Order: sequence, then C-alpha cells, then structure tokens
Amino acid sequence: MSEDLAIRLRGVVKRYGAITAVNQLDLEVPTGTCVGLLGPNGAGKSTTMRMLTAQSIADEGELEVLGFQLPRNSKQARAQCGVVPQLDNLDVSLTVEQNLLVFSHLYRIGRHDRHAAIERSLELANLVDRRETRVDKLSGGMRRRLLIARALVHQPRLVLMDEPTVGLDPQVRQQLWALIDQLRYEGTTILMSTHYIEEAQRLADTVLIMSHGQAVARGKPADLVLEYAGSEVLEVYGPPKRLAEVESEARGSGLKTRRTGTSVSVLGLDGSNGFKYEGERRQANLEDVFVLLTGEEIA
Amino acid sequence: MAAAAARSATIGRLERPAITGVLVREIVNFSSYWRAATFSSTVEPTIYLLAFGFGFGSLVSTINGVPYVEWVGTGTVATAVLFSSAFAAMFGTFVKYQFQRTYDAILAAPVDTEELVTAESLWIACRAGVYGCVPMVVAIFFGLDPAWGMLTVPFIGFLTGIGWANFGIMTAGYAKAIENFNYIVSAVLTPLFLLAGTFFPLSGLPRWAQILAAFNPLHQCVELVRAAVLYGYEWNDLLRVGYLILFALFMWRMAIHAMERKLID
Repeated sequence: MSEDLAIRLRGVVKRYGAITAVNQLDLEVPTGTCVGLLGPNGAGKSTTMRMLTAQSIADEGELEVLGFQLPRNSKQARAQCGVVPQLDNLDVSLTVEQNLLVFSHLYRIGRHDRHAAIERSLELANLVDRRETRVDKLSGGMRRRLLIARALVHQPRLVLMDEPTVGLDPQVRQQLWALIDQLRYEGTTILMSTHYIEEAQRLADTVLIMSHGQAVARGKPADLVLEYAGSEVLEVYGPPKRLAEVESEARGSGLKTRRTGTSVSVLGLDGSNGFKYEGERRQANLEDVFVLLTGEEIA
Repeated sequence: MAAAAARSATIGRLERPAITGVLVREIVNFSSYWRAATFSSTVEPTIYLLAFGFGFGSLVSTINGVPYVEWVGTGTVATAVLFSSAFAAMFGTFVKYQFQRTYDAILAAPVDTEELVTAESLWIACRAGVYGCVPMVVAIFFGLDPAWGMLTVPFIGFLTGIGWANFGIMTAGYAKAIENFNYIVSAVLTPLFLLAGTFFPLSGLPRWAQILAAFNPLHQCVELVRAAVLYGYEWNDLLRVGYLILFALFMWRMAIHAMERKLID
C-alpha cells in the first residue's frame, strides 16, 4: 500500500467489444494534489473515472484507490471518496437540504454529526439561503454547486470530478473554479477530468493528457508547454492556401504546427530561427500541447 | 475519518447502513409524491372491486357461500399488491436508471448493486403491504365483516409484493427500452392477473389452467387473503407461504443479476 498516493493505476485496460476505451493506462495521484485528466471526447476519461468507483470493471491492470485494491475493496474506497458526476443526477423533486440529507445517510455519517455536515456543505457551496428550494427551481450553476456540496458532505479524502463545469456560463465556471481551488488549499486530493484546457491549467498541479485511451503526456502544465510547444508561438493568418503553405514550410524546417481555426500556429520558435513568415507572436499554452498531442481531427 | 476507517473493517455483503441509506432516499422522496402514488395504487383496485362487485354481483350473488362483493374484495387485494409492486418497480427502476441516473449516484457511494436492489424491493414491498389492504377496507364498507385475520393481510401483501417488486426490477434491468414493458404486461402480468382467482373461481377452468394457476404467486396471495379474512387458515396455507418465499428469493437473485449487468460494465 502506497501511503503517499491517493490513486495508483498500473497497466489498466478496459475494452467494450472491439473498442479499447482505456489502453494500458498508468496514473498516479499523489495525496494532497489536484491532477487533471485532459483529453478530447472519447479519450477514455469518463471510463477511467467510472473504474475508480468500480462502476466499470477493468479487464486488465491494477487499480488502487486510497490504498484499497479495486474492484475487490472498492466499497471501502468509495466510503472515503466524493464523486461529482458529469451528468446531473440530483433528486429534482427534493429540496437542497433533503438532497444533502439523503447523501449524509448514503455516506454513513453518524446521527450526531449529520446536521453539522449538512450545514458545512451548504456553506461551502454557498447555498445556505437556498436550503428549502426544490432542485428543479435552481439555476444550472446552483445545481452544479449542490452536486459538489453533495460529494463533500462526508468530508472525503479524495474527490473525483468528471467534467465539473461542462456546459456552464463563464461566470458560473469561475465560481466553481474558486470552490475547487478552495478544496485544494484545504488539502483535499482531487482528480478532475476535463476537456477545458483553461480549467486544467488553472486548477491542476499536474495534468495527464489522454488520447485514444492512452496517456500521451504527463507533468506540470508549464513544463508540458515548454517541452512540447516551446515558449513562443507564431500565429500566421491568411487564406487557406497560404496557411497550407506556411504549414509545409514550417514542417520542412523541422517546426511543429497546429491549426488554430483561422490561423496556423508555428510552435517552438524560441529565439526565432529565421522563420520568414509574418504573424503574431504569442506565448505558447497548454492548448497548443493538447492539440499537438491529441490530433487535429475530431474523433 | 477515523470513524469511517473503523466502520470499513466490518464491511461485508448486505450492510445495514447501505440498505438504510437507500431506504432513506426512498422515504424522503416519497414525501414529495405520496399523493399520486397513493391515488393510483388505491383507486384502481377499488374501481375493479366496485365494477366487478356490483356489475357481476348482480348476476352472481354468492361464491362458496360468500357474498360476491366480499369475495372480490378479498381477491382484489392481490390486484392492489401487483399494481403497487410489479408496476411501480418496473417503471420506477427504469426511470431512476435511465432518466434520473439516480443509481449512478448511489453506486458511487458505499452501496453495492445487491444492497441497492434489496433496499428498493423492501421499500416497494412495504408499500404493497399497505396499499394491498385498501380493497379489503373498502369491502368492509360494503358489508365485509372485520376479522382478526385481517391483521395478517399486510404481511401477505408484503411477502407477495417483494417477489413482484423484484420481478419488476429484473424486467427493468433486462429491458432495453421502456416500450419493452408492453410485452411483459401483455404476456405475463395480464394473464397472471386474470388467472389468480380474483374475479371468478378457478374451479370452472380446464385442468391445465388450474395447474398453471397453482404456480401463480398471485393466486397463492388471493387464497391466503381469503383464508385470513373469510375461511380461517389451514395447514396447507403454510405451503402457499413457502411458495411465495421461494418466488421472492428467486426473483431477488434474478433482479440483482439483471441490475448488475445493467449498472456495472
């Protein structure tokens, strides 16, 4: 049992018929850190999350959560984990407080601690004024906050968040980021899957980029940027023909490129080695790394 | 978290806290929809009771010396049990699995599928035990004499209901779409509902139908209720109870199997 690792996966494989959703995945989440699982849709993030609660059983490999072997001892692990699902599964005809009450029972909080646990969750998620409100009367952002509050009601050591801010307004997303950041500072271990690069960059201590069920890169966001995209990027705009030209030219001189919609980004131009095209210079970011490693085509 | 660690030491199959947790969820939810559930589970069998009791009752005055209204009033207990168990379980399970994704949330907590199914069927069976008494109570207003045996009727309803609740959960577990329920309702539930001896005595049916009816848990339920309320228990009623226990145990394991396939991939 590795005390300093909250999650340890070794060579995990999960197949659905002919499709291999997760392929030889290794993943380590050190206690007290926030790890971001980054990847496009279909990369295997959600399957990985489901395996961590034994709602999906791996075909191969070793899984250990909070020192418990999965799937055999998954229940002990689940007792100390909080899960924020991608799809809202609150009881919509119940009030905010009733939802928390139900989960205080499901997570086996003793009778004497129950009230305090619910109050703490309400405060954390800033829902004290809404305790009597039925869930179907809440806004999308409040429902998300309640989902997070529900996952925290038993003060879990590890929180699993599957796309915690998907489909929300930027304002609401900021609120949730602040909430997640607060958890981080309080020392809760977090594994968060996301396909929002900014989310991973802001919240994660380390990220693991997944593509087609495999880990393609892992490390601190800043290190990954430096390693794969360099420090500076040149964005060249123009009609499609010119963009194609820039691309082949750059590749000819051994530079990596990626499409940025209306432009081509030439990566790794540190100190400039005389690349002749004119364009806007900007700092390299995690998105450059993401697209470079997970491919430009959408699966 | 020391408390959680201590508790985890006792973890085995079917833990009480897990079952309690799922039951609490059902009970808290029930507070928000009990009116509708009570309405449908009681009004429907009451309509059957009144329609058959008075419609048929004008043609048939007594069966085996029992006034027809009383005979149907005791028989429709099984109908009420079926409606509030098999149907509630089928639709409830499917909705919670497919549309509300409630089971995803519950299984992420320290609850296993076996405990989830057990708790859900216990809850539905309790409701069936209570709702099952409604036709009997209505029949009292139409002349059925109160009897001490009536106090055992909720238990008969519970025992029958837990089998049918698990049948409903199993059906929902195997169903790919909610439309699949039509097959089960038409091909299984309706024939069994008619072949239970609720509205007419089975003695008039061909022998093969009588043999089939003996395997019908609803028929055993009807006979037990009539024994409790009208005739008094006899020793062979223990066989009926035994059969209902077997039915419940078999359906319970089947429901767990079906839901494990559905919920865990």
